[in-house]
Amino acid sequence: MTQPDPTNGARADAEQLPGRLIVVEGIDGSGKSTQLDLLHKWLRSEGYATVFTEWNSSPIVRGTTRRGKRRKLLTPMSFSLIHAADYASRMYAQIRPALQAGVIVLADRYVYTAFARDAARGVNPRWLRDLYSFAVPPNLAVYFNVPLEESITRITLGRDELKHYEAGLDMGFADEPKESFRIFQSRILEEYDRLCGEFGITRIDATLPLTEQQSTFRELVREQLAGVPRAPRNEITDLLQKTGLSGHYLASSALRR
Amino acid sequence: MTELSFYGEPPAGMGDEDLPGRLIVIEGTDGVGRSTMISLLKEWLETSGYAVVDSGLTRSPLVGPGIERAKRGHVLDPVTLNLFYATDFWDRFERIILPALRAGMVALVDRYIYSLIARGYVRGTAREWLEHVYSFALIPDATIYLDIDVEQLLPRVTERGFDHWESGGDYLQGVSVYDSFVQHQRAMLDEFQVMAQRYQFEVVDARRPAEQVFADVRERVETALVGMIHA
Repeated sequence: MTQPDPTNGARADAEQLPGRLIVVEGIDGSGKSTQLDLLHKWLRSEGYATVFTEWNSSPIVRGTTRRGKRRKLLTPMSFSLIHAADYASRMYAQIRPALQAGVIVLADRYVYTAFARDAARGVNPRWLRDLYSFAVPPNLAVYFNVPLEESITRITLGRDELKHYEAGLDMGFADEPKESFRIFQSRILEEYDRLCGEFGITRIDATLPLTEQQSTFRELVREQLAGVPRAPRNEITDLLQKTGLSGHYLASSALRR
Repeated sequence: MTELSFYGEPPAGMGDEDLPGRLIVIEGTDGVGRSTMISLLKEWLETSGYAVVDSGLTRSPLVGPGIERAKRGHVLDPVTLNLFYATDFWDRFERIILPALRAGMVALVDRYIYSLIARGYVRGTAREWLEHVYSFALIPDATIYLDIDVEQLLPRVTERGFDHWESGGDYLQGVSVYDSFVQHQRAMLDEFQVMAQRYQFEVVDARRPAEQVFADVRERVETALVGMIHA
């Protein structure tokens, strides 16, 4: 992601931030959230401080997006803009401060989700890249790749119905939700394919066994960890051992790791 | 209006079409008298046989309530706020302004992308990025800019009281409301001066009595309406 920079130069030092930004991408049902969760637990057990951030989850923007979806008020452009607002809010309030503090930020979906979905809705790709030019480039982005048929099976399995925007029903591709979803989903997968090349996103085959995917993922992450500050071992555990106290009044968070 | 022209690439969902209506924008800073001019214009246009629709910032059904809520908190950065405004702008454009233009109406718009660019710019957001974001905007048939200095603005605003956002209270800290109002409005007016050139505003001197200002505004609007069908 290049010019222009809305922060007038504040992004320039982003590459030197002491933390690390790890991003997972993929369609719903690709298993990316599970993989990120496993990675999260592993990093914590290794003593790294982590922050988790999810697409479309800003406390000040999410309500508006939800309202727009529920009342079907969103069009391709407003859908795109409100998600950019959501990202901006998390970027300035959560992601960037964490990276400055030397924390590993784990992002479940990132700007590539917008590039793929919005482009599939006909939004100009050049404009989208300019819109998100203030985004911190991740240290590692992984795309969990699922073939179209497999992804449709995974998402529709055990679900009563597809959501309006999820199925791309706002686009009038087809009247029937499943058919609309198939068309929309294939467009998104095509976009993701293009994005992997453009942004150097690493693909992991999401049809492989979970553990195999996880070891590949950890290997990729490990390459990024040099110089990242690690929290000291949990001293509370040592204290309890030495004093013979059980620590049953302690908050469980004090004993984690 | 005979053909569509945008500052950048046409936004999703818009292609080649003729819009028989007219897009008239009134720009100017807080308290300069935009709403007075719009009220007068609307009445005058309607009595002259034009169908009119008007639209102002943060009135979109999609984002309006969300912006108000977000502005009450204390964690709103300028980029997020601007993207909220951009969403609001687009929602109103697609929902109110565009259908009116398609139906051959006069769309009177109280502030356009220019105020939004200025608000972001004075808060440290790069002009280039703001211009990219708003490049999907349709170029108006006329943008009438109500021009004023801070000195003339002060008595008008003092009468109704200083507003937190109009005084840049979110980004200018540690100074009195009066000082921050002056500083913020001066920065906004400077940016409007830059844009007046860049975007070819019709500049109307708003330091004068309303009657004279309106006469000028009306004249500019009349020019923009030439060739339009009306009752």
